Amino acid sequence: MPRPGFLLEVESSSPPTLFWHGEGFRLERLPVGSRVLYPPEPLKALENPRGAIREALRSPVGDAKPLEDLLFADMKLTIAFDDVSLPLPAMKAPDIRQMVIEEVLEIAARKGVDDVVLIAALALHRRMTDEELRHCLGSRVFDSFSPHGLLTQHDAEDPDNLVHLGLTSQGEDVEINRRAAESDLLVYVNINLVAMDGGHKSVATGLASYKSIKHHHNPQTMVNSKSFMDQHHSELHSSNWRMGRLIAKSGVKVFQIETTLNTNTFPENFGFLQKREWEWELKDRLGFIGASKLLGHTPRRVARSVFHSILSPHAMTSVSAGEVEAVHEITTANVLKQQNIDVEGQSDILTMGLPYICPYNVNSIMNPILVACLGLGYFFNMYRGRPLVRQGGVVIISHPTKWEFHPVHHPSYIDFFEEVLADTTDPVSISERYEERYATDPWYRHLYRTSYAYHGVHPFYMWYWCAHALDHLSQVIILGGERRSVERLGFSCASTLDDALEIARHYVGSSPSLTHLHSPPVLMANVT
Amino acid sequence: MLEEFTSILKRRMQGLSFPYSKPTWPGSVERPLKASKLGVNYDSAWSRRYFARLARAGLIDWVARPAIGTLAPVRVHGVDYLDSVDGPVIFAANHSSHLDTVVLLTSLPDRFRHRCLVAAGADYFFDKTFKAHLWSLATGAIPIERNRVDRKSANLAIELIDQGWNLIIFPEGGRSPDGWTQSFKPGVSYLAKKTGVPIVPVYLHGTRQVLPKDSKRITHGATKVVFGEPLHLEPDEDLRDFATRIETKVYELAHETDESWWKARQGAARGTTPNLNGPKGSNWRRSWELKARDLDFK
Repeated sequence: MPRPGFLLEVESSSPPTLFWHGEGFRLERLPVGSRVLYPPEPLKALENPRGAIREALRSPVGDAKPLEDLLFADMKLTIAFDDVSLPLPAMKAPDIRQMVIEEVLEIAARKGVDDVVLIAALALHRRMTDEELRHCLGSRVFDSFSPHGLLTQHDAEDPDNLVHLGLTSQGEDVEINRRAAESDLLVYVNINLVAMDGGHKSVATGLASYKSIKHHHNPQTMVNSKSFMDQHHSELHSSNWRMGRLIAKSGVKVFQIETTLNTNTFPENFGFLQKREWEWELKDRLGFIGASKLLGHTPRRVARSVFHSILSPHAMTSVSAGEVEAVHEITTANVLKQQNIDVEGQSDILTMGLPYICPYNVNSIMNPILVACLGLGYFFNMYRGRPLVRQGGVVIISHPTKWEFHPVHHPSYIDFFEEVLADTTDPVSISERYEERYATDPWYRHLYRTSYAYHGVHPFYMWYWCAHALDHLSQVIILGGERRSVERLGFSCASTLDDALEIARHYVGSSPSLTHLHSPPVLMANVT
Repeated sequence: MLEEFTSILKRRMQGLSFPYSKPTWPGSVERPLKASKLGVNYDSAWSRRYFARLARAGLIDWVARPAIGTLAPVRVHGVDYLDSVDGPVIFAANHSSHLDTVVLLTSLPDRFRHRCLVAAGADYFFDKTFKAHLWSLATGAIPIERNRVDRKSANLAIELIDQGWNLIIFPEGGRSPDGWTQSFKPGVSYLAKKTGVPIVPVYLHGTRQVLPKDSKRITHGATKVVFGEPLHLEPDEDLRDFATRIETKVYELAHETDESWWKARQGAARGTTPNLNGPKGSNWRRSWELKARDLDFK
């Protein structure tokens, strides 16, 4: 029976606490009285995932017929699926998407459907490589569709393959992939890692154009999403829901298939990462010492490729299919069942250690903008109710934050960092003065469409993700970060935790309360 | 010298901090009861890996066989019955001495001996780490819960038989307390049902005289291992009835040992095979009669 989340109040007898630190780790002694939030243990996986998928397709939820009844011989069927940003790290084969899509195709074949196209729902993310597609879909699907050009990747900048479906009640443009919109049925295959994923966001964002996405990926929406992970208080969620309903109203028939994963994130060799420190056994300590020492003497590039080659033993905990909103309600409940931890009260300081990976640097470099986005956009927002840190509080992030960018994946990030952040770090000002130029830059557009680059506007969105945290906090301190890149972000830099706490005291008083977010895996704090 | 070295090492270790030393335990966190890694929870998988098997084969062939040959020379009968089975099989034998396992293991034909495990009482052979390691290595022992129904140990045995391992089991559930045989428990039938493998009944004689229960002294003496015809669970056969059939077969093998194969067949046909449960009545009468049998055997 997996144990629920746990809140430790640090005592003098508590062992040091583990912090992720990019491609390494730190052990830090937190002040006595600090709180450490330990996520719930991974839930038990479904014993027969394929059986569960078949059952979900047979018995959909909401106002939906079984998939078999929706398929017919001369139809146009499109299967869209989440891209490489999910799950994190990539899961061991078979990937959930492979299992689900194979089951969908089995039925389609039985029903004599010939016109089938697969679309990777990239939104404004980089295109996936063949290797990544093969891993996520499996060789059977990849080899059946890719050689015939039937395995495609959504292009948010291809005017010929986009269709404008109308405006929402709030005047938001809804423009999505033409093939998806004009199909007799659009099956969307989703992986839900955090509560924000899935639902109408799958199609309304994953298959949308920049013109459409910009309506909810902006500083105003982000500041008004408290938090992104809490559907009932997220403007991002509301906007996507408005768009999703318009898509449905326009006659696009979506059959949503959502899956949830347990938080069994790292393989056995890295077992220490997910254990409470006082429960570390000899093998955990040896694993930690070995990994730390080895990584300490390994060039960062090599360490990075070692980490990115890790395949997660994630396993499926639920699958449901049918009408988007009904499906997503079940999915969200299952995500929270895995991640929820109740916390009483906020603290003055929130500390967190960030790993080497976030949704936007799979097989890539975690550049300083992504560090900010993961810390302030994702981890800070893993709450319902109130943030873990009080208004005017301080967040301390542990990460090397090197001035390093992947030139192929993140070309516009480089210019954003050099040009935009050198000028201002205010999301609203950035949005007003720079966004359009980057979003419409023909070179970035070309790289997004033909190479493996994120869209020109993507670094802006990453910065907007931080808007709520930046608005809420009085200071962000990067522990162990590279000074010049941290300063460029507008944050403070500290080389030790004591130094970081000393800096924080200037903002929150001389005896601050502290909460540490222990990860991996991820957790969702229900703060009262 | 060793003590001095150990105390220096301990002092050095005490100076080390986490993670080089064990973590301290926060006072407010309740210590969970640790699931024991002994008994039925003992993980004997290591003893089935290549190097452990190699070491065991060396121990059985080069140490145990010569030792048994010297201390308790074995006469083996009925090996030809094993020619008809490809394996895996379950060997079900009577049990009155610790020597039974070694005598039986060393008497098995090569193709069974080097891929054979022994079902051993989890409470007795796996109660201490050292003992658990020793028996797993030396005999390929796997822990079996004998005092209550336990699916974990049964499932392990089933899984291993399915993987092609032969299994020695003593269906009495332990050594005979007084030398007479106890009734066979249906656990062996359950394994046969779940795995579909045949049961080879085995009668072991003389081991109790060489190493009696509760004795640490080995007395030189001859022993006998008699293999019977492999038995299969009939489609509608009750598990208890099958256990009784195996038990009866062992009695027939004992009868064959005491008298002759022909007498034993006649006894079986007439239903007059003497059982080995001993006479009902007072303890002295049971011992008296057993003594008489022992004298006959000598």
